[in-house]
Amino acid sequence: MAESITDDRPRVRGRVVVAFVLTRLGGALFVLWAVATLTFFALRLIPGDPALAILGGPGSQASPEALEAVRREYGLDQPLFVQYLTQLWRLMMGDLGRSYSLNMDVAPLVGVQLGGTMQLAFLSLALAWLLALGLATWSTRGGKIARSIGSGLEIVAAALPHFWLATVLILLFSIWLGVLPPISTPGIAGLVLPVLTLAIPLAGFLGQVMRESLLTALESPFVLSARARGESERGVRLVHAIRHAALPAISLSGWAFGSLISGAVVVETIFARPGLGRTLLNAVTERDVPVVVGVVMIVAVVYILMTLLTDVASRLADPRLRAA
Amino acid sequence: MTAALEVKNLTVGFGGRPGQDPVVQDVSFEVAAGECLAIVGESGSGKSVTARSLLGLAGAHSWVQADAVSITGQSVLGLPESAWRRRRGRDVGLILQDALVSLDPLRPIGREIGDSLRLHTKLSAADRTRRVLELLDSVGLPDGASRIRQRSGQLSGGQRQRALIASAIALDPPLLIADEPTTALDVTVQAQVLELLAEIKRRGNAIVLISHDLAVVSRIADRVAVMSAGRIIETGPTAEVLQNPQHPLTRAMLAAVPVDKPRRTQLSAVPVATIAPRSTVPDGLSVDDYPVRPVVLEASELRRSFRRPDGSRLVAVDDVSFRLHRAETLGLVGESGSGKTTTARLALALETPDAGEVRIFGEPWSAVQEKARRRLRGSVGAIYQDALGSFDPRLTVGDILRHALRAPAGGTTERGGSGHLSTESSQLLDQVGLPSGVLSRRPVDLSGGQRQRVGIARALASRPRILICDEPVSALDVTVQAQVLDLLDELQQELSLSLLFISHDLGVIGHMSDRVAVMKDGRIVETGATADVFADPRHPYTQQLLEAVPRFPQRSR
Repeated sequence: MAESITDDRPRVRGRVVVAFVLTRLGGALFVLWAVATLTFFALRLIPGDPALAILGGPGSQASPEALEAVRREYGLDQPLFVQYLTQLWRLMMGDLGRSYSLNMDVAPLVGVQLGGTMQLAFLSLALAWLLALGLATWSTRGGKIARSIGSGLEIVAAALPHFWLATVLILLFSIWLGVLPPISTPGIAGLVLPVLTLAIPLAGFLGQVMRESLLTALESPFVLSARARGESERGVRLVHAIRHAALPAISLSGWAFGSLISGAVVVETIFARPGLGRTLLNAVTERDVPVVVGVVMIVAVVYILMTLLTDVASRLADPRLRAA
Repeated sequence: MTAALEVKNLTVGFGGRPGQDPVVQDVSFEVAAGECLAIVGESGSGKSVTARSLLGLAGAHSWVQADAVSITGQSVLGLPESAWRRRRGRDVGLILQDALVSLDPLRPIGREIGDSLRLHTKLSAADRTRRVLELLDSVGLPDGASRIRQRSGQLSGGQRQRALIASAIALDPPLLIADEPTTALDVTVQAQVLELLAEIKRRGNAIVLISHDLAVVSRIADRVAVMSAGRIIETGPTAEVLQNPQHPLTRAMLAAVPVDKPRRTQLSAVPVATIAPRSTVPDGLSVDDYPVRPVVLEASELRRSFRRPDGSRLVAVDDVSFRLHRAETLGLVGESGSGKTTTARLALALETPDAGEVRIFGEPWSAVQEKARRRLRGSVGAIYQDALGSFDPRLTVGDILRHALRAPAGGTTERGGSGHLSTESSQLLDQVGLPSGVLSRRPVDLSGGQRQRVGIARALASRPRILICDEPVSALDVTVQAQVLDLLDELQQELSLSLLFISHDLGVIGHMSDRVAVMKDGRIVETGATADVFADPRHPYTQQLLEAVPRFPQRSR
């Protein structure tokens, strides 16, 4: 290409930003629609009568008249497509509906649970970053053996299933050492094991990516230039290499956050911790359609926001993305 | 007066026990203040390792032995890392190739340049900025206040190389190591950067210039040391080494440089392949006849533009017309971004022109559907700069050639059944001067020259009559380049090939082409018989290009 000197013509730049925002907004709306649609139809595929679920689940002895009344009240006697459109319309109006089983509005229900899950997910993401960065830095600092240990640890960590890791951590820290509670009590002590359970596998995954890009950065000519200026090993890493190593991990963090929320379903159940995950699990078992849809929609919104956040973070960390 | 740098019997190696399998062996030289010593050699000769040892940065698992290495009279032999760090940047600076990657692409150049000051002085941030602005000005990058916030990717090739030089001379180290400092640059920019280095030399800094390019070296080096296989094989004043080389390898390197070597003179020392004697012109045509030779490829008023990310359009090729005759070479020369490669892709009909047309053998080519083109595809071959990247890495050379042979042929001769594929593959290899043992190997295991030969063999498989060569020798060492150029020349004579030869290198173009077309900003600014254009360039840009070509001092023959 010709001398591609980026000129910061404000008008062009403004147009690019507007186009970026519009594309993102359109994409987000599409994702939300797709999520609502998929959830709606997927829940209809589960065998069983929703009206029965409303009246207390499979065990209840509801009379046929009562069932009929409930069907009418909740619009379940309408054709499926009408039900779908009705729900879509409600969602667009911001109405998440009313829980079948708990007999309360979904929005406040989900809102209460959101905080706990977000706390868990953010802490896990932060810890995973710290662990991954530490492991990558340590293993690239030492010799061949350190590298093998590093990559071995990462692979094992990344392969650990949450339910198994949680059990082992409970056995180790609660039963054997007796230092941490086996169920999530309020306060920091109760958070440690759930956060570790979610963070360790993610740290293994992020660590692999970071170590690769850290090694690439350390071998690159600009690092040689820096050393030739008299930069110390620590300076080379802090000033130059870490930033390069972080780039791919930053762009993966949006995805990672999504996987943390799905991991929260398992972890919140095991540690009996209130949160979206457990609410979702209960709602699915109870066939509480509005709650399931509500949780899934909220998670989708959070996921979209996180992806947007990581995109902005990537652009902040990598000026080359801003120019393009 | 003490020398800025003194090296006695430097030996460097990697892994193993010290002293075992050195890659640099018993290298000795001295450089005085205000002097430039060039270390030249082909890739793998050990010149870069030598350069990095002078900064204590030979690399991981390396060992360094020497009788003496001293910078400005102080021995740096066996210096601990912390002591090295205090010297790097202050006593010795390093300038690498291609500042796009040699300056941190994530950091503003002002920070990169200011780093030496931050590390070695107690200047305040404001004082450092002031000094960085002075430095930018001194390397010919005015308007520093806006520059210091830019990153290497936002600067042109010449600008960022100047910034890199500024970062190396920030503390005015008495010794500068420049490792291929102009290799990634266009020829006119290269000339400017060399001039900047020459000026730094005049200020009294000693420079060790590492280069593969003898012509570049001749511009600023006072003395030359030629390296081969880790040893210095010849050393002396630049003019003496270039005009009267003693070592046979130096002579071969010099003979291989195509600059100012007339067409059809052999460049490589060893004959490439045994084919028809050079005297017989195969189709009975002599060079004088070429105006009456049939036109095989005609491009008329081609235009092609691309969308930039911000929505504006870049016109890559603008109103380009040329004719390629049978068995002639048309050289297309220009700097990066001039539209050469787009022109090649248009000629290959891999790209559709926005306007204009390409015809081959008088038939429509660019204007028809790919289905209609397929019949003629085999008659147009292509070779590229990055031969390795153009091969599927899983395939052996034999696979590559068999694949190519199965494609429809475009040439004159009928081909036998598929049972002959192996025989034909061997014949192709023979044609490009490779033994048939190469068939079972993978391109990764071959040398750069061998890979390009396989690339040529693949292009010949369909018996083409036109060969589009896009920078075919730009990635090769000069002696290997010479062999490949000789091979192309011989193949052209034997097979009456028409070559569209694209290169940024005027020396190569001048040597290879019958006619030449000079491209700038998507347009052909000058065209004519090579000898005429080179002897009497009309367009100011051509004149500028030719002036910038590094040449040797006139040799007495």
